[in-house]
Amino acid sequence: MKIKQIQEEIIDEFAMFDDWMQRYEYMIDLGKSLPLIESKYKTDDYLVNGCQSKVWVRAELVDNQIVFKADSDAIISKGIIAILIRVFSHHEPNEIIEANTDFVDKIGLKDHLSPNRANGLSSMIKQLKLYALAYQTKINDE
Amino acid sequence: MKKNTHINIDQIRNDFPILKRKVNGESLIYFDNAATSQTPQLVIDSIVDYYSKYNSNIHRGVHFLSQEATDAYENSRVKFQKHFNAHNSYEIIFTSGTTHSINLVANGFKKILKKNDEIIISQLEHHSNIVPWQMLCEETGAKIKVIPINNNGELIIDEFEKLLNSKTKLVFVNHVSNALGIVNPIKHIIKKAHEFNAIVLVDGAQATPHMKIDVIDLDVDFYVTSTHKICGPTGVGILYGKEKWLNKIPPFLGGGEMIDQVTFEKSTYAGLPNKFEAGTPNISGVIASGVGIDYLNSIGLEKIYAYENELLEYATRELLQIKGLKIYGFSAKKTSVISFNVGNIHPYDIGSILDKFGIATRTGQLCAQPIMDYFKIPGTIRVSFSFYNTKEEIDEFIKALHKAILMLS
Ligand SMILES: Cc1ncc(COP(=O)(O)O)c(C=O)c1O
Repeated sequence: MKIKQIQEEIIDEFAMFDDWMQRYEYMIDLGKSLPLIESKYKTDDYLVNGCQSKVWVRAELVDNQIVFKADSDAIISKGIIAILIRVFSHHEPNEIIEANTDFVDKIGLKDHLSPNRANGLSSMIKQLKLYALAYQTKINDE
Repeated sequence: MKKNTHINIDQIRNDFPILKRKVNGESLIYFDNAATSQTPQLVIDSIVDYYSKYNSNIHRGVHFLSQEATDAYENSRVKFQKHFNAHNSYEIIFTSGTTHSINLVANGFKKILKKNDEIIISQLEHHSNIVPWQMLCEETGAKIKVIPINNNGELIIDEFEKLLNSKTKLVFVNHVSNALGIVNPIKHIIKKAHEFNAIVLVDGAQATPHMKIDVIDLDVDFYVTSTHKICGPTGVGILYGKEKWLNKIPPFLGGGEMIDQVTFEKSTYAGLPNKFEAGTPNISGVIASGVGIDYLNSIGLEKIYAYENELLEYATRELLQIKGLKIYGFSAKKTSVISFNVGNIHPYDIGSILDKFGIATRTGQLCAQPIMDYFKIPGTIRVSFSFYNTKEEIDEFIKALHKAILMLS
């Protein structure tokens, strides 16, 4: 599936709920299926800067596709990063770099997007895209 | 006649337009007063009034508006002089905030401190009251000593007294800890420090909203605060300094208003307070801050303290009934601040859910990482009450907190 399709799928899932509490509960549930980063990588090197909670992310290139794994010490951040990874993982770097991220607005997470330093969603997206950019540069060099 | 000791809460809430706001579809409950307190209509009006009627630069023009603006600005200085009971109005310096005030003093001691001199700060400090001294020590070779805290979050005064010696030049403590709300025994600290001829700066950012400060009675050398925590606008700070110290330290910023004579070879500095107020200050902000302090005094800080203490006791009692909830900071003397965690739930998670219920709290390290390190926690949730908050709001908050805990565990 293309990134865009996955995003639409997620938008549809969130549209089933009519209040924020149900959406948050669903997001927290999604966090439980997050592909977890190995504990040896839970170090400062893999921390996403700019979150009040700790969020660790690591990327690997498998058959030219990026595979992300992550974890967080906060449940809501874990849900957020799980959604992002579901969208961005298993795609080629270029597709990730070019992906639009309007969907976060449509699933009611807009308040996590403000440049307020306590909110980490934009930092997480930036970090995932940076990984993609790094791998794309590496591929171009080879 | 019996003195009225109660505040008129309905009338007070009417003075603050923001309290009528809806946030995420819910009525706003503002419990982040320790970060910034809300602004009464009177103060907002005074800013509008300034820009609609007499906006002009101060101390410079001979024209009517400039005179009027200068008078209002200087009148504000006199209000703060009286409020803090300073000997002279020029001992009140307007800055952009507590952070600016502290940096101004730290910078002033660059040339005065020598290698191996000692500076004492406390483990309870806000980052604003740590970083400038670290910078000062890097430049001068002076050393920082830290007053430790006990399990209740109180300063261990015996340890402080052991740190004092003939090398101690400066002591910096906050009057009230922003993270825990504990009131420190600053009068005693000042007295002891003075026995060793050390100079004391007290960070009063968390004390001034709740109690009357008398700088003469305290015999404090420098006392600093921000007016956005005492009903004023953001971007204005107060630096009180004893005349002799203000004369001793050099200016922080160079520019207009702070000089007497300028030639390209050498400029001579203006006297106090202008020496420290280079450039065009936040004129409307300073004037509005004066209106804010008048407003606070019209209610009375004693009444405010008593009412906030009721809220503190009520909320503490309610919170302690929640299973797994731990409050950090216990002391006989506390301001209306409660820092807590619930089991292993991350403070950020609880803060995010409370926000959805329209409840503003502060979460995280609260700019006081050394305290969090001491308790070995990533941070806390902090609720801080002001005199316009109510028990009903606390009830709503407790209900929302129960729902958050249910969702998160
Ligand atoms: C104890 C203490 N010191 C310093 C500051 C910094 O104040 P400002 O940001 O207004 O400079 C604060 C504000 O949060 C504080 O609580």
